[in-house]
Amino acid sequence: MAVTLTPSKVPVTPARPVRDRHHRGVSRWVVLALVTLGALVMLVPFAFMLLNAFKSPGDYSSGGPLSWPTEFYTKGLRTYWTEVNFPLKFWNSAVIAGSVAVLGVAVSLLNAYALGIGRVRGRLWIVGLFLLANMLPQEALIYPLYYVAKQVGLYNTQLSVIIIFTVIQSAFGTYLLASVMGTFPRSLLEAAALDGAGKWTVLWRVVFPNLRPTLAVLLIFFFIWTWNEFLIPLVMLIDNQTQTIPVALASLQGDRLMDAPTTNAGALISLVPAILFFLIFQRTLARGITAGAEK
Amino acid sequence: MAVSETVAATPPAATPTPPAPSRRRRGRNAAYWLYLLPGAVLFLLVIGAPLVGTLYLSLTKWSGIGDPRWVGLDNYQQLLQDDVFWASFRNTVWMLVAMVVVPTVLGLLLAAVLFDVIGRRFKPRTAAALRAAFYLPQVLPVVVAGIVWGWILRPDGAFNSLLDAVGLGALRHDWLGDPGTALPAVMAVMIWVQIGYPVVVFMAALQRVDPELYEAAEVDGANWLHRFRAITLPQIRPETFVVALTCTIAALKVFGPIFALTRGGPDNATNVPSYFAYYTFFKKLQVGYGSAISMVLTLIIVVVAGIFIWMQARSERRDRGF
Repeated sequence: MAVTLTPSKVPVTPARPVRDRHHRGVSRWVVLALVTLGALVMLVPFAFMLLNAFKSPGDYSSGGPLSWPTEFYTKGLRTYWTEVNFPLKFWNSAVIAGSVAVLGVAVSLLNAYALGIGRVRGRLWIVGLFLLANMLPQEALIYPLYYVAKQVGLYNTQLSVIIIFTVIQSAFGTYLLASVMGTFPRSLLEAAALDGAGKWTVLWRVVFPNLRPTLAVLLIFFFIWTWNEFLIPLVMLIDNQTQTIPVALASLQGDRLMDAPTTNAGALISLVPAILFFLIFQRTLARGITAGAEK
Repeated sequence: MAVSETVAATPPAATPTPPAPSRRRRGRNAAYWLYLLPGAVLFLLVIGAPLVGTLYLSLTKWSGIGDPRWVGLDNYQQLLQDDVFWASFRNTVWMLVAMVVVPTVLGLLLAAVLFDVIGRRFKPRTAAALRAAFYLPQVLPVVVAGIVWGWILRPDGAFNSLLDAVGLGALRHDWLGDPGTALPAVMAVMIWVQIGYPVVVFMAALQRVDPELYEAAEVDGANWLHRFRAITLPQIRPETFVVALTCTIAALKVFGPIFALTRGGPDNATNVPSYFAYYTFFKKLQVGYGSAISMVLTLIIVVVAGIFIWMQARSERRDRGF
């Protein structure tokens, strides 16, 4: 559930004339070897997963988890794909995460406009309240939400999850954007006001275009965070038609269908979108962060 | 939960206090309340009201059907005598070790080494590739990662096969099924999940540090460890605060990995408050009792977050020379 910003360009100081005694020593190779070993240990679980996702159950039971597959077996992948109706799960996850990202950013923007630029009274307390809300354990909200959703017919609908996460994510977004807008150049606002622009026009014509990089970063965070969420979708979405990718995989745990190769195949399929998003978004994230820093 | 990032470190900017607002100005600002309205209504519906609801339910006995029966503080009294409750909080302390202490310390070292040694003495791409390997687990749905780990640590899973292959077959074990090893095994998985976050944040933070500081120290003959302690640590203290706070909150709230790996078992050896509350709500149908667990967890999180923010503010004040 933790996704963070990753400036994709690694912070590396450009080569500079080094008269360092380490430069030609062996110690730097020892350090490199140790860190590389650590990195490989990090990747071992992925290697195990890949190795066994393409292994037939017979192969697995005779050769065990470490054996090289005797054939390139894709039936595990196909079984998981069709049994859980993966395209539908993907669609569900995409609809929920996409809607939350857009709505969450919109709500954060409106809130932060009032707090960061409008500077309404008591704003520090309000921002603190939003920050605190983002830290609350979801267990402290889940039962009343579950109960009310059942009463009003929102139980087992994606809408319920969308509404809940829009608010939870925008609590963080409000905190972040309010602090960014607090440093918004007043001269720009005053110039627009002199031109007779109303608050609504200023928001869309002045503030929004200037904050676009930050909003893009926020949009991506909300998307990935929501995509990876578990507890609330687990409680709210109970059937095959509505479940998200992580919930679908978790609710098959221990099922007869899920022999070791199928489990790995299912995990592999479930991880691919997250890795793809990460690769796609890396550039935007890096740009957004630099844009924010160079203000 | 959501872990935030360095950007969040900046507290809402202190505004240069404007001269006493004229009546007209105050009236103008009041119109901004309209923009807060949708957010405020949603906030009250989805966070405010349910939180009050859980507080109320924690003072009742209720199975979810019929009417809750008021019992006052009974649930909280019962909690104090509940071994599972205490066990779950003991395990939380271990989660703090696995998700805050170890990743922060290891992350500091790794980031410093990647930035300072590997980034400068080798190609930048090398540092980038290594960093990506450490960060990868952070982008995955943690539940899915938990399911893969659950299979790896099974009696017939990959880890035991690996032990066999390297001649340590005598150590074969049901890692998650034995109350003695389940918690260390879960902790190891959590370190794997968490380590990339501090590495990435600290590496970004190191970019801020003026390279001349290091050069001056090198000229003075300070070795790597000296420079790490005298320059790196103090310079990136703000990021360390943010990492420690967000990891602490995440550790207190941890749910998904426990659900995927052990469901709190065996024999509550890996139970945590968050899973304990979920189980009490939805499996045991003791809504009042589950609410009391949730409220205690909420209280702890609020207090911990408060302490962190207070400490951060104090250290910032000290930096400014007071």
